[in-house]
Amino acid sequence: MVTALLEFREAGFAYNGTRVLEGATAALSPGELVAIVGPNGAGKSTLLSVCAGLQPSYEGSCLYAGREVRDWNRREFAREVAFVPQSLRMEFPFTCEQVVMMGRAPFGDGLFESEEDFREAERAMELTDCAAFRNRDFRALSGGERQRVVLASAIAQRPRVLLLDEPTTFLDLKHQLLIYGLLRDLRKQGLLVVTVTHDLNLALSFAGRVLMLQGGRQRACGAVEEVLTPAAIRDVFEVECAMIPQPGGGQWIAYAR
Amino acid sequence: MRGRALTPGRLARILAVCAGICLAALVVAPWIGTAHVDPRKVMAGAAPDAQIFFQARLTRVLLSVLAGGALATAGVIFQALLRDSLADPYTLGISSGASLGAVLAICFGWGGGGRLPAVWIAALMGALAALLMVIGLASHGRRVSSFSLLMSGVTVNTIAIAVILLLQSVATFGQSFAINRWLMGSIESVEYSTIAGLAVVVLPVLVYAWRGARSWNLMAAGEEWASTRGVAASRFMWRGFLAGSLITGTVTVITGPVGFLGLIVPHALRLWFGADHRILLPASFLLGGAFLVCCDTVARTVMPPVDVPVGVITAMLGGPFFLWLLRARQKRYWL
Repeated sequence: MVTALLEFREAGFAYNGTRVLEGATAALSPGELVAIVGPNGAGKSTLLSVCAGLQPSYEGSCLYAGREVRDWNRREFAREVAFVPQSLRMEFPFTCEQVVMMGRAPFGDGLFESEEDFREAERAMELTDCAAFRNRDFRALSGGERQRVVLASAIAQRPRVLLLDEPTTFLDLKHQLLIYGLLRDLRKQGLLVVTVTHDLNLALSFAGRVLMLQGGRQRACGAVEEVLTPAAIRDVFEVECAMIPQPGGGQWIAYAR
Repeated sequence: MRGRALTPGRLARILAVCAGICLAALVVAPWIGTAHVDPRKVMAGAAPDAQIFFQARLTRVLLSVLAGGALATAGVIFQALLRDSLADPYTLGISSGASLGAVLAICFGWGGGGRLPAVWIAALMGALAALLMVIGLASHGRRVSSFSLLMSGVTVNTIAIAVILLLQSVATFGQSFAINRWLMGSIESVEYSTIAGLAVVVLPVLVYAWRGARSWNLMAAGEEWASTRGVAASRFMWRGFLAGSLITGTVTVITGPVGFLGLIVPHALRLWFGADHRILLPASFLLGGAFLVCCDTVARTVMPPVDVPVGVITAMLGGPFFLWLLRARQKRYWL
């Protein structure tokens, strides 16, 4: 029995009195890849940002390594948990390498990066296939390239938990599969990977567990094939679908037109 | 230039060049002026050359370097804090508060208080009042966001400017002239003790900001971004806002609002060196200072015996220079 690394119980959040999330409960362990799914406005990103420590006024409890997320020192927390936002709007001309290197900020006190920082940044850029545009202005990249740079920055943090908010939205097919393959490898190395996604087929192929939200409430949390059923998808997403067996094993969701 | 990782050697080379330029401006500028001064007489302390050199010119040059450096640094700080390259040291209302204080002193003819001019004391009070108002409006509990800071700062700024306009409209002709003159911003000869006082405020703030340069990089990318990379974002924003306001307010009290420099110097330096605050913060101080020294030298020599307000010169010299820089870069990078 692996003990839970990230555990939320009855976690909720309200923006200025409007409740956008309530009753989220799950215990997530190292070596898991968990997909958070649900329609727009279901509270997926909110749940993720509570876990990332960005909403300290959350309700209920959200424990990382047994301690409430809001009680963690930000710097210590950043050495454990990395967060990949949906997008990063950059005002200033930082290069990609500089953006990746920002992931090393929690590890050094001085004005300069260490040899280890450079090694980690290099490795992260290779894993996400973005070393080729390291010296380009981040703002001049395409959406998909930016997303890979932001992911590289999170990987450079060498976290134990990786939280991702729709990491493949802007990616082409090749890089979608590359990134999900990478997330699977990281999971195998013992990371806990939690990703918000709209692509149920990617969740089906890569995730072990799925947490399904609907209208701010947790609808289900369990093994992927138990949660992502045609009945649940019809109920939550209001879309008809059927499960098609894949040639290589596993299933594929085919949506009705 | 921009892409390479920052090593101690590269930073040292860049800062050595900037420091050289700043030093050159400091050394050369006091010798330039409408009256000729003889170096031998200056060194011998003979009148009037020594007085012109040490009392009239050197103090202006030293004030320029500190004020220009502080405003450019404050520009970097506020632009990063608000993640807006159009922000400048005056966006968040501190200097308008100072101006309002000064205008009140001019309108009501407040007399001197001890050794400092009444206008300075009133400007300082005004800056403090504006600072407290922005803090009060922007804070939600102890938390703050760049949005709340921007909204409250701009509001306080607008109110202060409105009151200044009101006072100006009812002022006498003479007062109105004095108000206008103050609002244009100018460098004047001051006592060495004033320069020392300014240095005591500005230099520690600069060192403080520079030490946190990597956090400034994170902050310039976004509050969430900084927060998930180990920066206590709210606390950092408060300190940054106070640091930027402190130096902007102090400079404004002495010189009035000298425009343009705090906006343009950070921009120009980003075009040269990229967005890394480890370079940007010290370089903006050194080159912002050198730039204001040059502008003030032009201001006091171009139309003798009139002292052109230095803010006019910063805009007239800086504007075309910046456009040229932008065009040159466009050719290299975008075309």
